[in-house]
Order: sequence, then C-alpha cells, then structure tokens
Amino acid sequence: MLRLDHVSKTYRVGTLGRGRLTAVRDVTFELHPGEVLSVIGESGSGKSTIGRMVLRLLQPTAGSITYDDANISEFHRGALKGYYRHVQGVFQDPFSSYNPIFKADRIFGMVHTEFFHEVGADEWRRRVSAALESVALNPQDVLHKYPHQLSGGQLQRLLVARALLLDIRYLVADEIISMLDASTRIDVLNLLADLKTRGLGILFITHDLSLGNYISDRTIILRHGCVVEMGATEKVFGDPRHPYTKDLLASVPILHEKWRRDGTRATAAARPPEEAEAPRLVSIEDDHLVAAG
Amino acid sequence: MALRVDDLRVYYRTLHGDVKALDGVTFEVADGEIMGLAGESGCGKSTLGKSLIRLDGRMRYVAGHAVLDGDELPIWDDSAMDEFRFRRVSIVPQYAMSALNPTRKIGRMIHELLRSRGVDTHKAQSELDRRLALVGLEPGVLGMYPIELSGGMKQRVVMVISTLLDPSLLIADEITSALDVSTQKAAAQTLVEIRDQGLVKSMIFITHDIAVLYQVADTILVMYAGKLAEKAPADEIVSNPRHPYTRLLVSSLPKVGVRYAEKELTGIPGRPPSLLDPPSGCRFRDRCPLATVRCEHEPPWVEEDGRGIACWEAVPARTTVKPLVGKAG
Repeated sequence: MLRLDHVSKTYRVGTLGRGRLTAVRDVTFELHPGEVLSVIGESGSGKSTIGRMVLRLLQPTAGSITYDDANISEFHRGALKGYYRHVQGVFQDPFSSYNPIFKADRIFGMVHTEFFHEVGADEWRRRVSAALESVALNPQDVLHKYPHQLSGGQLQRLLVARALLLDIRYLVADEIISMLDASTRIDVLNLLADLKTRGLGILFITHDLSLGNYISDRTIILRHGCVVEMGATEKVFGDPRHPYTKDLLASVPILHEKWRRDGTRATAAARPPEEAEAPRLVSIEDDHLVAAG
Repeated sequence: MALRVDDLRVYYRTLHGDVKALDGVTFEVADGEIMGLAGESGCGKSTLGKSLIRLDGRMRYVAGHAVLDGDELPIWDDSAMDEFRFRRVSIVPQYAMSALNPTRKIGRMIHELLRSRGVDTHKAQSELDRRLALVGLEPGVLGMYPIELSGGMKQRVVMVISTLLDPSLLIADEITSALDVSTQKAAAQTLVEIRDQGLVKSMIFITHDIAVLYQVADTILVMYAGKLAEKAPADEIVSNPRHPYTRLLVSSLPKVGVRYAEKELTGIPGRPPSLLDPPSGCRFRDRCPLATVRCEHEPPWVEEDGRGIACWEAVPARTTVKPLVGKAG
C-alpha cells in the first residue's frame, strides 16, 4: 500500500528563492493494489508534484509517504533500488523521456544490467518480447529504432513495457495519454485497466475528466494544491458537491450535449495565501469527502 | 461562398522524398460558417490550415486552388500572400505564448504590427479597446509584457490581434489543446462570439478533439491520411457518422458517464499509412472492418443531403460516380 500522510510541498521561487509557492497542501490518501486512483486538476494544481514525490524525484516539505509502512524518504541504495523495482512512473512527453541517441533495445538493456544482471540473455530477450506483446507492440517493429523513428503512442507503450519488465506493483501515470491520438489513446487506457485487473495499483494523473471517469475506481479533485473533493469515482462524478467540481464538469465538452451559453467567463480564482491552511475535508457519505467552505 | 478549396496538394520535402501530407482536398466553407477540421496527428489538418496562410520552408505547393471571396489565394507565392495575410486570412496559432514577442509590451507590439500594415493606430485604438472588452480583457493588458499574462489571457490577446482587421477567414489551429478545461471553454466560446459579432466571416477550427468541435462548429470535416473522409453538420458527424473511420473515431471517445467497468471502449487497431509512399485506393482500408475489393480503388466523394463522404459504402454497387479529383465548382 502506498500512503500519503498530510503531505505538503513548498517550492522556493523568485529571485534567490525568496518567494514561496506551496504546490501541494496537506494531502492524504492511500493507493491499494488493483486500484486506479485518478488525481485530476488543472495546470498548477500540484498533481504532477504529487506524482514526483511518490517517485521520490522530489522530497515532501512536510508529511510522509509510506510504502508498505516504510517511509520512502528513508530508502537508500539497495532499499531505494528495491522501491524502484516496485514503483515506476511514465510521464506526459514521451519524446523527452528518452535519450535520443539510444535505440529502444538499449533502454531495455539498461534495465537488464541495472536490475536483472543474473538473468541470461536469451531469457531476457524472451521477457522483453513478452512485455512488448502485452503492450501490443511488435518487437521487430520497435527494438532497433531510435526514439524519433517511433510514434508517440509507441514510445508511451514502450515506457509501460519497460516498467512491466520490473516487478512493479504501482505505476504513476502522469498525463501519459494526453499527447496521443483519440484512436490510440483508448488502447493505452484499456492497457492500464488490464494491468489493474492483474493487480497493479495505478496513480492516474490527468487534467481530462472524461478519461479519469472512464478508468478510475477512486478520484481526487485538486485545486491549488488542496484536495477539493475525493472518493469513489461514481460518487464524485455522479453527485459532485463542491462548486469547483461542478464547474469543472460543466466545462467538459461532451458529445450530444452542448455547452450552456452562460456568458460567464472562466475567471481563475486566486491562489490561497501561502500561510493559509488547507480546507478541512468533511465526509458526506461513505467514501466521499468534500472540502468545507 | 467564403472559401472554396479545389484539389489542394501540399507536400513536405524530406530526404527520403515527398511526404504527401495534403493530397487532394476539395471543400467549401460558407459565409458565417465555422467549419471544424478533425483528424489524428499526421492526417494533414494543420498542413491544410497552414497552407491557407503561409507555407513554411519544408512545405511545397504541388497543385490545386483556394479561392477566397472570389480571389485566388497565391499559396505558392510567399510575398504575394502578404497582401492577404492578417487582412483577409488570419490565424490563431496553437501556442499563443510563442506567438507574442516577449520583449515588447502588448500595446506596443500591436501598434508596430498595425503600422507595418499601414493602419492608423490612433483610429484603431477605440476598436482595440472594444475588442479587448469583448474577449474579457482589461485595457490594462496593453501595458503588460506577455510573461505577465496567463496562458488563457495570452490566447485571448492573440485572438484579438488576429481578428483586428476583420479578416474574412480565421484559422484557429488547435487553440484549445494547451488549455485547461475551464479556459478551453472560454476560449472556444470567445471564437464563436467573434463570428457571431461578424468580426470574421468564416472560420476553420482545427482540433483533434471532436467533443470540442461539436460544441463550436457548424460543420465538421474529418480528414484521414491526407485526404477527406467525411463532411457533415456537426450533429450528424456525432450522432450519425457514416464513414467507417468517423464511426470508429466517435465511438472510441470516452465521455463523462462512460466507465471502463461498464463499457469497454475500443480504439482503432493499426495506424495510418506512411504518407511518404501512401497505398493506392482507400487509405483507411487496412484498418477498416468493412473493407472489400472495391476499396483497392480510390473511393469517390459522394455528396447528398448536405453531407459528403469518401467511401465505397456510400456508393450503390452499380452506379458510376464522377471522381472527386479534377471536379470543378
């Protein structure tokens, strides 16, 4: 189980880092195996910061992140490597995730030498093929290509395949399909859902409400780093209680249903002051929490 | 008819040969019409939009015509197009942030731009203020640098600049793709407002997101692999698509309310053909569940009931149809 416990993250900004920007404010949630948890927010809501903290690319300013009751910030060397065997991330821009002068097979080769040096070459090739098959890629098509020779969807699936080669239990998927085409993105989404049924826990970070609704079991709506509403997906989407959630849902373009021409312009609410506390979450029903005020 | 495009072909030069990104498209945009242009990346939709305003260095005009309000656009001649750009054809690019000069205040930039077109900036000032108000911006933004504005505000500034000289045709290229859902709605509705106010006569709204198009467009043109697949009123494309590609595309969209656990959506297997050496016949053939022998020949463009489709499915088995290519008027 991955657990975030009152996690906050403050960045230093401005000249000489004198300014403060609290990107994530007092966020608490759990992610279980075999569950897709969507973290939905607009730009600047802190959703990617959460993903990066889970992957230990950033340290929380306050609070703790625990993996099976061990604090991940205390992992070093062997323990950290063990953590990365179990927890991996895939990010939005597949083109910048790759070293442009490495062919795809070298990416997998690095996993081999780094994590599985005891595995023989033939066995490794078999595993790579199996991982590629499971993300619907043909090994011959991709392995001897440079990243620029592959499409965005292929690169993204390669990254998922790379994660699958490890013994992963949790995947942080940060906007992984927002750069893909409509006809292929649903396949990557279904791939995630398939991995979920095989027991993987997925932290699905997105700005797209319809994607989050489609795939996730539970949903967190974030604004300015604070949790606005969280709970079972059908409750958050079916019966949104917070005005912000309602606004978001009303702005999503939906087929067969035109936007209301309300004439109101989206005015971005100002960020709360740095010293402000995160609003308290009130439980409305089982597994449905809404920020008070 | 505001715009008529006839068998337009624009290729990209590469080391391996020409990439036929836009391979013979013919369509019309009516006065006051917002035409949505949809398709996957690489289908030629942005190439089409760019062709109508400026070919970049790698693009090569091959054939075809584009006639705007009775005057032919000299697509092949970069300097002759100067007369049309900004005055009669204008574009709102995808990345508004990189469309603005970071070292100039917004107001100064607009004045320089207007002067370069020989427009009296003092006379234009009151109109400028009115239009800023129309898109919901304070006149104060004129004294600001682009870095001081949010992404949505920059997008709106660019919309004001692009439409300042009341162009006949506005091309909006993926303007909503980089925005958050709430700003996306505002940006899209602002464009509709600009059309409703008559600031532009017609518009081509390019995006990969059919759900957004359904909200703003009157008609939707779907492209596939450099060719037209289907054109129909927006409602029809969404509720009654006829081309197999459109059907699969629309059914692959996750909507709020549809969940994996209840209904698993499917994508379209395979991927579009390489446009370096596209196959003959229907280009969707390899991915099409309905493909037959007929599809080895290029499907004709069939128009009926105000909608058009390029698919043999729409052609009764025994009729002969005049091919689209070379069709006049």
